[in-house]
Amino acid sequence: MAEKKLIDARGSFCPGPLMELIAAMKMVAVGDEIEILSTDKGSAAEIPQWINKVGHEYIGSHEEAGVWHVNVKRSK
Amino acid sequence: MSEANRISVVVVSDKREQLQMAAMIASVGAVSGNEVLVFLSMNALRYFARGADIEAPAEGPVGELMRGKGVPAFKTLFEQAVSLGDAKIHPCSMAMDILGFEREHLEDYVGEAMGLTMFLDQAKGGQVWSF
Repeated sequence: MAEKKLIDARGSFCPGPLMELIAAMKMVAVGDEIEILSTDKGSAAEIPQWINKVGHEYIGSHEEAGVWHVNVKRSK
Repeated sequence: MSEANRISVVVVSDKREQLQMAAMIASVGAVSGNEVLVFLSMNALRYFARGADIEAPAEGPVGELMRGKGVPAFKTLFEQAVSLGDAKIHPCSMAMDILGFEREHLEDYVGEAMGLTMFLDQAKGGQVWSF
């Protein structure tokens, strides 16, 4: 069964959240989801672009009280 | 990999903003399907001495603001470019000679010394960024 991992990258600036996500992506199984928390608006915009470029699945993002929640799935 | 996916980054500055931008391009480039070659020379090389934790001076107001803001350290980003992506980092053989460095004086993620003939050959046909 697919699992969901949470990464708290709040307080880190670009490209810190992206690099944390990539490190986590290597640890999870194909099909697993990752939710990354970021206070960096640029990273919230860049992560979906990276996901689409390298061929993983972007599930969606939303912002809550200055924190972006970006959800992705490892697909290969 | 085709030459179109080659990104070469020449790093010579000892200034915080320059080192940070070079590290950002190298790390994001290396994890995005590109083959990245980083060439460390001149005033940049001493930061990569094994265990060196030297604070790079800011050259402007953004560099000052970056301090204590949670910006990833440039050395961490270069290391991640190698460990998480497809990057190779080489010191310039001339700068190695000037500083009296041997390979073992540098961080583990930095490779063997490279001369300009090989660097220019490997950079051929790809993007080249200089900081």
